[in-house]
Amino acid sequence: MTVVQGAPAAEYEVKLGRLSTLTGRPTHYCAGCEHGILTRLVANAIEELGLRERTVLVDSVGCSVFAHDYINTDAVQAPHGRAPAVMSGIKRVRPDLMVFAVQGDGDAVSIGLLELLYAANRAEPITIFLVNNAIYGMTGGQMAPTTPEGMVTTTTPQGRDVAETGRPLDATKLLAGLDGPSYVKRVVLPIAPMGSTDLYSARGPLEGAKSVLNAFKVQMRGGFSFVEFVSTCSINWKMSVLESKRFATETLAKLFPPGLYKDKLGVEKG
Amino acid sequence: MMDGRDFMKGNEALAIGALKAGLNAYFAYPITPSSEVPETLAREFKSPEYPEFRMFLQAASELEAISMVIGAASTGAKVMTATSGPGFSLKQEGMSYAAAMELPFLVADVNRAGPGLGNLGPEQSDYLQATRGGGHGGYRNIVLAPNSVQEMAAFPGLGFSLAFKYRNPVVILADAFLGQLKEDIVFPKIAPERFPTPWAASGARGAERHVLASLHLDFEDQSRHAEHLARKYEEVESAEQRSDSYMASDADVVLVAYGVVARLCRRAVKELRERRVRAGLFRPVTLSPFPSNDLKALVDKGVKKFVVVELNAGQMILDVRLALEGRGQIESVHKMGGLLPAASDVVRRVEALSK
Repeated sequence: MTVVQGAPAAEYEVKLGRLSTLTGRPTHYCAGCEHGILTRLVANAIEELGLRERTVLVDSVGCSVFAHDYINTDAVQAPHGRAPAVMSGIKRVRPDLMVFAVQGDGDAVSIGLLELLYAANRAEPITIFLVNNAIYGMTGGQMAPTTPEGMVTTTTPQGRDVAETGRPLDATKLLAGLDGPSYVKRVVLPIAPMGSTDLYSARGPLEGAKSVLNAFKVQMRGGFSFVEFVSTCSINWKMSVLESKRFATETLAKLFPPGLYKDKLGVEKG
Repeated sequence: MMDGRDFMKGNEALAIGALKAGLNAYFAYPITPSSEVPETLAREFKSPEYPEFRMFLQAASELEAISMVIGAASTGAKVMTATSGPGFSLKQEGMSYAAAMELPFLVADVNRAGPGLGNLGPEQSDYLQATRGGGHGGYRNIVLAPNSVQEMAAFPGLGFSLAFKYRNPVVILADAFLGQLKEDIVFPKIAPERFPTPWAASGARGAERHVLASLHLDFEDQSRHAEHLARKYEEVESAEQRSDSYMASDADVVLVAYGVVARLCRRAVKELRERRVRAGLFRPVTLSPFPSNDLKALVDKGVKKFVVVELNAGQMILDVRLALEGRGQIESVHKMGGLLPAASDVVRRVEALSK
């Protein structure tokens, strides 16, 4: 794979080599999964801000449940869907800490929607990264709240029928509609194949890196920050890694359009 | 009051007692008959009298409240929440996680009638749920059973001591009667205890970091953790049994009751003694661990009959049977639906048994 272009963010420096915010342990994530990329982006941003010793990671339930195996900070494992409430509890007694979670779409948008909405509505100074791969990954490929119409999953073997199960829920739009959040953004994260060439675009990870950093900066300034990462799950989508990247960047990106949905503090302007 | 005495409801005493024990944070969800606990604390929040009380927050659900408790307790803070039956059921998710992550905090259950929504009267029907660990997986809560407004005020302090000593959730199991009862009390003048929390997740210093997790994917690891918890529960079992007794040492028949029921049983004992029935009272103060050793000692002293009086169809009686290991005659007197038995009912039953 040759990664060539992207919108190189001048202010962003990719730190190479071993970071003290990473444990160095090989991840359990499947080949092609964006969780690994996000782990690196998060560690890089924590390092950049010099916050490792003040950070508490809250593990959600799903593929991110072992985030603490890779991110070398203090960590607390939340019950399924409750990460935003656990984070609120930590932050309310220790406002000096930096608190963040990586949640999946099942965790955040289905079983934990109440916790997500209320933490956002209270404008808790916390940071949530939502990995939206449109499926329950860890449990083996069931329909998620974000599964697109027609997608075959183990619980929608004929494809998702939206007349039965409703339309995919857009968490980013929901949160952007609230007054509480300071920063709401959606990034299409996969490294994307460029047409039929053997060239790949790293625009997603680079945009992701900038967004992670900004999200943490918003929290440090007392705001609620949320970044949704449209991602892949090639194993459960029953696609090759390459096909899954195409599906995410071409099809899912239309259903969940990337963009800056809210930036009350103007961090993107610098 | 001028003489240092206060006159208040059990729920209010529980709240003030927690503040005097150094409460840092309270996460609330209203439910009758426990709502005076958060109402009292909301009133006292930011009062200069309790500088350690840093956070009062009303959550959107019982699940959110207990999860906030988990978060705050993870940092080593002294945290509490209170609820009643239907809400206590919802707390079980978080309590199972907390037991696994060994988090110290207090949950008060002001027991109302049940099952389901139930009415607002007193019952003791959450006994099994509280004492067995009402959530999934094998764990135990430490459970304290106050029987007066004075104890409602004192047990948060005791509860925090036990919670931090063993890193385990502690339940204060009261009932609608105790929560709403108004009595004269005195708050003891003691400084809040401070507990070391070297395990807390509050920012890693240097290479040291703390991970509070309940998932151990490797079977050997999960097994080691389960054995560690089991050993802890055994330690609690042997070191923390607490009970009270009244005229029990020379008794022929002993009433076994906790909470508000123990109070009316005390009156029944007096009446029975006047009627020349040698009756006594045994009151478990810790329901988990159940004070089996003290109860067994009564059989050794020659007590042959036990009458278990409770506000459920027979839950604590199971622990009494386990404790007595087949010795002694055990009878049940119960009342449900929010009703209390009259002391005279208990007297009649015991007299019938004594003939």
